Amino acid sequence: MLLASIAIGVVIIGLLWDLLLPSVKEALERHRARRARLPAGSYDPGRERRAEQRARQLLRSCVNDEEWAMYRDLGFIRVWGAMAQAPRRGRRVGSRAADWASPDERRAFEEDPRAGAPYAYLVYPHKPIVAYLPQTRELLNEYCVEFPDETRPYGSARLPDSDDVLAKWMALTGDERHLIATANMHLPGRQVDPKQVRRDLWRLGQWERERLRREPRSAGSVPAP
Amino acid sequence: MRFLRMKPGHGEVLIAEGDVDVAADEERLVEAFRRQLDQGMWAAVPTTASVGRREARMVKAFDEIPRDAERVIFFPRAAGGA
Repeated sequence: MLLASIAIGVVIIGLLWDLLLPSVKEALERHRARRARLPAGSYDPGRERRAEQRARQLLRSCVNDEEWAMYRDLGFIRVWGAMAQAPRRGRRVGSRAADWASPDERRAFEEDPRAGAPYAYLVYPHKPIVAYLPQTRELLNEYCVEFPDETRPYGSARLPDSDDVLAKWMALTGDERHLIATANMHLPGRQVDPKQVRRDLWRLGQWERERLRREPRSAGSVPAP
Repeated sequence: MRFLRMKPGHGEVLIAEGDVDVAADEERLVEAFRRQLDQGMWAAVPTTASVGRREARMVKAFDEIPRDAERVIFFPRAAGGA
């Protein structure tokens, strides 16, 4: 009788152990996770906010008044293209004759009425640069480019938003051809929604009209080339 | 002349400062410039061109920096994104 009771007790404990063990383990892990010290490289929203504030000040000190106001109000900067010919869909800016697949393709490009038209880029933080024709608002290409800091001082290679915009602005105004050659080129719509870009272009138009109405001759404005 | 470097989680960091007309300072700046380029940074000098147009000038050697430049900004080299 005693032996049977002991056997039943062992079986019950064994069953309970199987049932309770996962819950006990989970509770222990949760407790350890709550008590664990976070590694120094973890995301700190306060630090990132301060970094962004510093980056905004630096951006403001580099670009002109109009570009700064554009970024502050709209969240992007327009940079005018400085190459002789506007990029064509699926073609890099300043493609050389040797790059054409066939003489017909080259002829088609040279006869394109858009060749030589003013073009511009929209520079967003941590998004591809979008090339477009301001006269028609036709979107040309997306240029995907990043500025990863592999030293990763806080575990991330990502610059603050405004530093990313400033890096693109400096690289575009300083050496447009090189930046565009470095970037991965895609047709519009791969990463940035074309509807959003068209909406941004409309907002930019409205914003410029309002700005002109307020300040007829803005000292810091950048004329189209 | 001040050398600033963009850094994740930081904004810009002052990495060197000096007067290019003082030989010792210039030597220190040249050394700092080379170190940044060796670390894979690009260097740009913000400038004001004609009619108040702002732009940047990319520099690959210390000699290319205008003597009157107030600052040089270093930022990570561009890479093609996804």
